Amino acid sequence: MSRGQHWFDALTQNMQQKPSPVPSVCVADGELAGRPCRVILVRPDAANPFPRARSGEVGLLEGWALAKVVQEATGDKRTLLAIVDVPSQAYGRREEALGIHQALAAAAGAYAKARQAGHPVLALLVGKAMSGAFLAHGYQANAILALDDAGVMVHAMGKAAAARVTQRSEEDLDRLAASIPPMAYDLKNYASLGLLSGRIEVSSAEAPTGSDLEKVNAALAAAQQQALGSTSLAHRLDGENRQASKKVRQLLRQQWALES
Amino acid sequence: MSHNFADASARQRAKLLLDDGSFRELLGPFDRLTSPWLERQGIVPQFDDGVVIAKGRIDGQSAVVAAIEGGFQGGSLGEVAGAKIAGALELALEDNQKGIPTAAVLVLETGGVRLQEANLGLAAIAEIQSAIVALRAHQPVIGIITGPVGCFGGMSIAAGLCSYLIMTREGRLGLNGPLVIEQEAGIGEYNAADRPFIWSLSGGEQRLAGGLVDACTGESTGSVASALRYYLKKGLPKVQRSDAFDRFLPALLELDNSQQLDAAGARAILKGVQA
Repeated sequence: MSRGQHWFDALTQNMQQKPSPVPSVCVADGELAGRPCRVILVRPDAANPFPRARSGEVGLLEGWALAKVVQEATGDKRTLLAIVDVPSQAYGRREEALGIHQALAAAAGAYAKARQAGHPVLALLVGKAMSGAFLAHGYQANAILALDDAGVMVHAMGKAAAARVTQRSEEDLDRLAASIPPMAYDLKNYASLGLLSGRIEVSSAEAPTGSDLEKVNAALAAAQQQALGSTSLAHRLDGENRQASKKVRQLLRQQWALES
Repeated sequence: MSHNFADASARQRAKLLLDDGSFRELLGPFDRLTSPWLERQGIVPQFDDGVVIAKGRIDGQSAVVAAIEGGFQGGSLGEVAGAKIAGALELALEDNQKGIPTAAVLVLETGGVRLQEANLGLAAIAEIQSAIVALRAHQPVIGIITGPVGCFGGMSIAAGLCSYLIMTREGRLGLNGPLVIEQEAGIGEYNAADRPFIWSLSGGEQRLAGGLVDACTGESTGSVASALRYYLKKGLPKVQRSDAFDRFLPALLELDNSQQLDAAGARAILKGVQA
């Protein structure tokens, strides 16, 4: 059983499992700190009809299904919680031919619309949060929380693939990452970019204990409270290693207004 | 205008799309805002970080063009380049909220995230996606993909959020670059050296036939610019392409995946989705 599945099962034990369009996307409805909440997971499915999407990758079915289950939840003011444990998007010919970029856009767009309409959107990183898969499932959240664990990883590309594409060795990448925080795979560096709302120390990131669950629920409840009434991602610009992003926006604003 | 649009630089493209004399570049090369991360890796930065932001008018209406320069680092987006696009879209949204209708045009010539700035590129793309979704509720956000780099990676997901997409035959649109797919899934799955095969799946004609873009135009600046004006005039689409799960999901769930797919097969399936 995947990390994501362990956390989904634990966090939704008092919730109602809902039918999902595909077995690789799990949905449950219940309450988080007294507010209606929908929990969503993308998980491995060995029987996935798309062979390149059997290990938890976000593919065509997952992208469109996420869009559907997110949009369905936005009738009332429901919190959306994305449990993130996604190794990558699906790499395959069928995927490209049938427009996997559009499926992932559907998911990202649904989460963004939900947040912008005032639904608190939370992401809980319990495993890998890679690349296009993370853009589709989690990156549109008001708050990104992560288990403080070496198995939790955020990146634009898996290390082996990144090494091949940039024609560097994995050791070279590690060496570069040591001095260039955005290239690193670990949470400490990621947090220095200002993109993380919290790191949660747990005794078992693989499968939560009772006290782990309490901690995570408390962190989620606090994040939900903060997210109420907030619809933008502007808070992500405050990281110590993200000053250029802020400066670009300041200068752009000055120059934007010059005309007319 | 008979100028070939795909041959033009990002700055020229932005100029060519805006009404004559209305082009005003924001955060241009003289502001010298370079990537804080590239020099440390021995890469010579560029004073515009590979993105041109231009304010101006299209058919007299206020518009902002964000054009990515495919010639710099493969059109990849790092911190500064990404923030320029996200910031411009956010300001266009503010304009609309203040009652100044401002549309946005994205000239997408990009491999996606710049791996040398990995997590900051990814974060910027998430913010670009958020800004497109917010802005497209007010004014069309139009993506243009003409080649030669194409539009891949996280920015192909951003393209999928645009109100309208315009391509040329030579443009390519797909999530994963051919080389990455070949490396990850094997040459039998995807042969990155087989260019006709790649165009047959991700080129402008195929994307139009599959309903994944709105227009496949000629390569001249005139063709691209008149398609742009047509879709700007058309106003907001009734249904965003990215909201069409009720059409895509049933078709994908019914699919017989026992055989590998070719371009004709993909067209047939996507035609069914459109019907």
